[in-house]
Amino acid sequence: MLQGRSVAASLRKGAPVFAALGDETRLRIVARLSSDGPLSIARITDGEAVTRQAITKHLNVLSSAGLVHGVRRGRERLWELKPAPLDDARRYLDLVSARWDRALARLKLLVED
Amino acid sequence: MTTTTNPASETDRIEKRITLRAAPSRVWQAISSSREFGTWFEAEFREEFAPGATVHGRITHKGFEHLTMELQIERMEPERLFSFRWHPFAIEPDVDYSAESTTLVEIRLEPAQGGTELIVSESGFDRIPASRRAKAFEMNAKGWAEQLRNIERHVAGA
Repeated sequence: MLQGRSVAASLRKGAPVFAALGDETRLRIVARLSSDGPLSIARITDGEAVTRQAITKHLNVLSSAGLVHGVRRGRERLWELKPAPLDDARRYLDLVSARWDRALARLKLLVED
Repeated sequence: MTTTTNPASETDRIEKRITLRAAPSRVWQAISSSREFGTWFEAEFREEFAPGATVHGRITHKGFEHLTMELQIERMEPERLFSFRWHPFAIEPDVDYSAESTTLVEIRLEPAQGGTELIVSESGFDRIPASRRAKAFEMNAKGWAEQLRNIERHVAGA
């Protein structure tokens, strides 16, 4: 029960991210930024069948989910994947926390059987 | 399940609480028997747990079966407290972790309405080297990369 509540809370927190990635074009943009690094809108639009305006819209969705951000390089505006918002120590503890959640869920199953 | 952080250092300690619908004696057995402990902690132990003992378990978590975890058992107070020290995320087979700081895991049991309240805390993370933390991220990042591939396959197939 407690486990379920914790899962629901983290899913709610992650909902904008899931929604942002729940689109084939946006998923491809994330994959390209991940493999090719910062790209201009023109470069991103190059490989896509949709218009530059559509790509801009997709980038805005990804941006409001905190997945990408635009940076100015000289006269160009480039889009790149956003580094994780939390510092390493805090994120490390999140990993530890998630691992305990999974272990305690298994313990619960074992003893409540 | 709730997580609280120690005000002294936000990153040194973690605490979890869970209510189990089972008697403290049943929960104690699942914690103190090395065989039962292994089923939920994902490791196979050949030795029994005893205060002061160092025990080794083969990790059963998928993808990490080639690794062994070492627990230094500290205290065993039936139906109250089980504590041990270990190296969290010791996932590199060729690294000697023995010179590095361990974390302390304390599992406390309290009788509760209709069952047992279990409180687990793990502390000492501030002394874990940064390079070790980075390894844990790498392990986790591999998991995420795999998830992303799953999503891509799913989207491509849809």
